[in-house]
Amino acid sequence: MKGKFGISVLLALCLVMFVGPGSALADEDDEVAAAGVEGTARADKLDACVAPTAFMRRNHFELIEHQRDITVHEGIRKTDNSLAGCIDCHVRHDAAGQYVPVNAQGEFCSACHEYVGASLDCFTCHATKPTGTE
Amino acid sequence: MSQPIDKQRRAFLATASGAAAATAVAPGVFLHAVAEAAPRDSAVSDSVRYGMLIDTSKCAEGCTDCVSACDRENGLDMLLKPEGASDQHWDMQRPRWIRQVKLKNNLTGRVTALPMMCQHCEHPPCVDVCPTGASFRRADGIVMVDRHTCIGCRYCMMACPYNARSFIHESVRLKPTATPRGKGCVESCNFCVHRLDNGGTTTACQDACQHGAIVFGDLRDPNSAVSKALAQYPSEQIRADLKLNTGVRYTDI
Amino acid sequence: MSKIHYREWGIESPRYWGLLAVLAAIVALGGFATLYMEHEGHWVTGMTNQVVWGTPHVFAIFLIVAASGALNVASIGSVFGQKMYKPLARLSGLMAITLLVGGLIVLVLDLGQPARLIVAMTTYNFKSIFAWNIYLYVGFLAIVAVYLFTMMERKANRYSHGVGVLAFVWRLILTTGTGSIFGFIVARQGYDAAIMAPMFIIMSFAYGMALYLLVLMFTFNTDERPLGDMVVRRLKNLLGVFVAAIFYFTLVYHLTNLYGTENHAYEAFILRDGGVYTWVFWLGWVLLGMVVPMGILFHPALGAQRGAITIAALLVVLGGLSAIYVIVIGGQAFPMSMFPGYTVIESGYYDGVDGMARAYSPSLPEFLLGLGGIALALLATFVAVRLLQFLPTSLADEVVDPHLAK
Ligand code: HEC
Ligand code: HEC
Ligand code: HEC
Repeated sequence: MKGKFGISVLLALCLVMFVGPGSALADEDDEVAAAGVEGTARADKLDACVAPTAFMRRNHFELIEHQRDITVHEGIRKTDNSLAGCIDCHVRHDAAGQYVPVNAQGEFCSACHEYVGASLDCFTCHATKPTGTE
Repeated sequence: MSQPIDKQRRAFLATASGAAAATAVAPGVFLHAVAEAAPRDSAVSDSVRYGMLIDTSKCAEGCTDCVSACDRENGLDMLLKPEGASDQHWDMQRPRWIRQVKLKNNLTGRVTALPMMCQHCEHPPCVDVCPTGASFRRADGIVMVDRHTCIGCRYCMMACPYNARSFIHESVRLKPTATPRGKGCVESCNFCVHRLDNGGTTTACQDACQHGAIVFGDLRDPNSAVSKALAQYPSEQIRADLKLNTGVRYTDI
Repeated sequence: MSKIHYREWGIESPRYWGLLAVLAAIVALGGFATLYMEHEGHWVTGMTNQVVWGTPHVFAIFLIVAASGALNVASIGSVFGQKMYKPLARLSGLMAITLLVGGLIVLVLDLGQPARLIVAMTTYNFKSIFAWNIYLYVGFLAIVAVYLFTMMERKANRYSHGVGVLAFVWRLILTTGTGSIFGFIVARQGYDAAIMAPMFIIMSFAYGMALYLLVLMFTFNTDERPLGDMVVRRLKNLLGVFVAAIFYFTLVYHLTNLYGTENHAYEAFILRDGGVYTWVFWLGWVLLGMVVPMGILFHPALGAQRGAITIAALLVVLGGLSAIYVIVIGGQAFPMSMFPGYTVIESGYYDGVDGMARAYSPSLPEFLLGLGGIALALLATFVAVRLLQFLPTSLADEVVDPHLAK
């Protein structure tokens, strides 16, 4: 049938209408940041994370997501696993001594994610660097 | 174009240091909270029910101290009017956790003022209607939104009899660590939950009220200030006919 | 009686593609409007913290309500065994699906966090009527799809009656559920009425039938397939009866409200002082949506003309959108009565100072999103009837039922 092509185009259009907005929601932190300087994060001067490094590498999101649920629903705030804590320790400075957002390109919370193609929406709400109000 | 944003950012940092200054300026409660600062390490339980008594006769007409304190505490003052939005429209779209309402009794003509906010119902309609369970009531009676599961349908806002909830209509540009928020979720007064969880015992609005119109505390503890006041004065719930058993009560409306 | 044959919709290609292109353009506009709203956030819409559901919800609810009504024709055929309606059933089932999908897409695209839809599907709050509705909608789609299959696949024909009954019962529950979304809102005066659920059911009958009639007449006319006068007459009479029923329910709704003193202010708002809502109520909902269509449909001469029937059906659709606009948006614009016995004389957040209504003016992107939903439903319908055998080759009176053609 000669209509097949046209129909696929139309279906594709509908799909765009449906899926488009979702992908548009991806991180929109449009701050242009200077590159962080190697060795300026607090973590760089320590030798252990809040859990063994191998564990963190694979399971850090479960850790924060668990933390997220117990903080919001049960009010538990005494912990090392807070997202604010991760950022506090892992954020780097630029050459001028200013914080560089942890989710800026190549920074700690973004380098691996870019590599594996994971996208997070956390930083549409959460601070990407310590703000001092905490 | 980048000029106003820079200015905002400086203002942002100024607020950040302002918080530190406040510690010194308001020694009473603030230091008290800091001194006891023991972040909660076990889950909240229903042995506590937080609540408030508002003495309407003390609420001064035209005073907005509680409103600005709430805005500051919860980062509401960090939100910027989107470029191109009219002031009027922005005013209807910006979040408000607490507001002052002035009333006139239709029969007697008596005028009173009172602060309105989430009433922290025992049977909250917003929780009943929420499709994902993002709107929830914590064990200690605080009604709040888990903004990680909120899909932004606003059914809770339709259901709330107190107009207490706000939707974030715009992208949030300034993001303080203490008050995460972002476009597309609903929020409302949570009795300054981060203070309570970090060992605090007061809310920002209560601390800010110079007239002592707001008493906050544990309704289950007979010795708490709020329980004692409730035992002493006649009080009422707003829209008591809905039988929601609100956690916020008023005297002398 | 001769056997009914079905054939794909055969209008000439240029017209067909032209039609699809127009609809696709409207869908695309809706898509761009959505992208814009999602990117900027809801501040670019007329919706605020006081009027939280806007024009997209009007369209979405209209489509969802109409979807279950579109199934009526099929139900009359298989549940009530009316022979004449059997050949009409396939299109009826199809439109039930496409209209529902159109409505749901609009609803989803208006969410603050559409990307979190997966959350909505995995974490349920079983107390929420909204969550129940998600089940009802998905179930409805599945059941109607199976129903269509039993109609279109000869080997499955014998299950058709059973599935048809199930679909009928399900659609009644579904519309009750949609109506209850409002019925459960105790906070707002206009919604807190038991009559809401049955009124939504009767509205669904009328709006679904109007859209069905329009599509049926359009597809048959453009394809030069015979469509008997008796068939059209039966359908338009049904439409007339449904509209009359809405009229009755509207009357009862407002009369019972006028009976209870606590609703007087709300009634005065809708019926007299509500500005745009009062206009939309009298002009859209009552006059153009009910009185004029009834006048046409029951008129001995006009009621026999296809053109007049088309206009009547279009007016019913317009009236439906108006009715839902008044219910959804008018119901929010009317200030909540938070302090009975008091007048709000000042408020830091729009609590209806001196009983003033809350402002809302629909924005273009909202409207385009809603329109896109309707276009999408029609687009899907026209593609489906072109690809599969939904339409009977003839609905001439003698083909449908020899008794009809005297
Ligand atoms: C729509 C806004 C929003 C988004 C998106 C969001 N959060 Fe949150 N998050 C919040 C709010 C609000 C709180 C509560 C803050 C409070 O009460 O102190 C919070 C608290 C938390 C907490 C506990 C506080 C802390 O600093 O440890 C964690 C952990 C957390 N979020 C993790 C995440 C992760 C991981 C993601 C991404 C997958 C995420 N959040 C996305 C709004 C958001
Ligand atoms: C007190 C400082 C500190 C805090 C708080 C902290 N980390 Fe770490 N983190 C470290 C250090 C130091 C390392 C490097 C350990 C090593 O070299 O083996 C590390 C390593 C990691 C790694 C592995 C990196 C790699 O290259 O393999 C991940 C992932 C990680 N952290 C995530 C987190 C997350 C998520 C949080 C919040 C829950 C967090 N960290 C909180 C100090 C911290
Ligand atoms: C060592 C590399 C690495 C680093 C460093 C890292 N991540 Fe991840 N993260 C991953 C990988 C890989 C995944 C994807 C896991 C999957 O999808 O199975 C992931 C997933 C996540 C997720 C879950 C995403 C989702 O959609 O469910 C969150 C949340 C997250 N990371 C937060 C962080 C934060 C916050 C930091 C910075 C403190 C960080 N990560 C640093 C590798 C890393």
